[in-house]
Amino acid sequence: MSLSPDLRLDFPALDQLVGGKPLVYLDNGATTHKPRSVIDALARYYERDNSNVHRGLHALSMRATDGFEAARARTARFINAAHSAEIVFTRGTTESVNLVAQSWGNANLRPGDVILTTEMEHHSNLVPWQELARRTGATLRYVPVVGADAEHGLDLEALDRLLTPQVKLFAFTHLSNTLGVLNDAAALCAKARAVGALTLIDAAQSIGHEPMDVQALGCDFLAFSGHKMAGPTGIGVLYGKRALLDAMPPYQTGGGMVVSVTYEGATWKPSPERFEAGTPNIADAIGLSAAFDYLDALGRPAISAHDHALAQHACAALSELPGIRVLGPKPGQPRGGLVSFAFAEAHAHDVVTFADQDGIALRGGHHCNQPLMRKLGLPSTTRASFYVYNNEAEIELLVKSMRRILKFFAG
Amino acid sequence: MSDLSDLYQSVILDHNKRPRNRGKPPTANRVATGDNPSCGDNCTVYLHLDPDGRIDAIGFEGSGCAISQASTSLMTTQVKGKTPAEAEALFNEFKTIVTTGQAPEEISDLAAFAGVHAFPARIKCATLGWHATLEALKQPPSA
Repeated sequence: MSLSPDLRLDFPALDQLVGGKPLVYLDNGATTHKPRSVIDALARYYERDNSNVHRGLHALSMRATDGFEAARARTARFINAAHSAEIVFTRGTTESVNLVAQSWGNANLRPGDVILTTEMEHHSNLVPWQELARRTGATLRYVPVVGADAEHGLDLEALDRLLTPQVKLFAFTHLSNTLGVLNDAAALCAKARAVGALTLIDAAQSIGHEPMDVQALGCDFLAFSGHKMAGPTGIGVLYGKRALLDAMPPYQTGGGMVVSVTYEGATWKPSPERFEAGTPNIADAIGLSAAFDYLDALGRPAISAHDHALAQHACAALSELPGIRVLGPKPGQPRGGLVSFAFAEAHAHDVVTFADQDGIALRGGHHCNQPLMRKLGLPSTTRASFYVYNNEAEIELLVKSMRRILKFFAG
Repeated sequence: MSDLSDLYQSVILDHNKRPRNRGKPPTANRVATGDNPSCGDNCTVYLHLDPDGRIDAIGFEGSGCAISQASTSLMTTQVKGKTPAEAEALFNEFKTIVTTGQAPEEISDLAAFAGVHAFPARIKCATLGWHATLEALKQPPSA
């Protein structure tokens, strides 16, 4: 069961030359390209059904509402949530995390409480907790990463020490966008649950690559974006257990989320509408639903195996180049579908500029992970991140391009 | 698309490998730091003005790409002996070079950065050290 090389033809944006060379797109950790079926779903919505959702009594509004709510049910099915009501549409992972921090966090945390996160978090799963701690007087603690290149992932012994009954929330990434470390999310959730802490999984990097079952994971919240999984930008999801969401105060207020309003006050709808004030992002929710269909048709175990194999190949080949330091798991150790690395002699921005001349799209910088880069003693790294349409030949081109850079800067 | 040898001229590679005026000069009493949050580049410039108001000592610390390191290194060699107004005028010429690719005839080494104009994403790398220097010139001297 492997992916067909022909699926590359499903992605119109891949069919172009960059600097006269065929595009080799290895910046999927930042955003993936979109298959024709997703682009068509967006166009079809605007061409045929465009209307505002809810309370609409005319044909188009009913079609838009049906499409939007079908997208919610499709999302629930994609992550195996127990109810559609557990799916809140947001702008993306960042807004999903901020929603939990503002709504659940402000209402539930007080001095003495602990928010636990890890040293490998993206800023989007770090800064909201720093700010929540500042607002409420709670304490923010970090599970350390271990190894000079963080190759051993999270320090699980430290985690056991840090998980005290004071911990009210453990928020962690499923797949590190900088290291490629794939955390055992189910085991981490179980440990947190044992001390009575809630869990939030940042699934931004994993959602489009790994099978996802929130009930099997046992998480309380899960956050992700559509655009890193073949879907549109501007749409994301917060999954939350129904009882938790229904007990949380609104995040934003306005139309669509109220039951009744008087000049004196208002009462709130239950989840998910409570958290979706204003006109939602209808078109992109429908586009996201098309992305779920596309990924499920490919088969998610096949996607995972494909992306892992490419990352392993890249990790092994790059590790052999002198003057390159690969972060995260060593060759042969489990890793998700990305690899980031640092040159002894060249800065990541120079590397990315060079690779761009070869038609290869990479990302260079701190990957929104400044504290971790500081800890590892690196100003920046270069990252290659893979998706369903990438292939072994592209890894060879990547390695060839990196060899050229090594030679140039060594001279 | 422009060739990389236009961007990475030998003078740039040389300044990247062997930066001039690296570190804080002992007499320095003005300092400013420039950050490029998108890439994590940072650059701290230290300087001192002589009684005539000319830069008589300048040095820098920080890390970044070859373009930002070389540009800052070269900049320190070019602004030494200049007044703040002269340094700002030179920066304006430099900005013209990196945004248009056109270099006035009398400008020599700075013209090596003309290739940057074909790589718009890298212009801020080339100007990072300059911004820090102009900022440092605006700071009150420390005791």
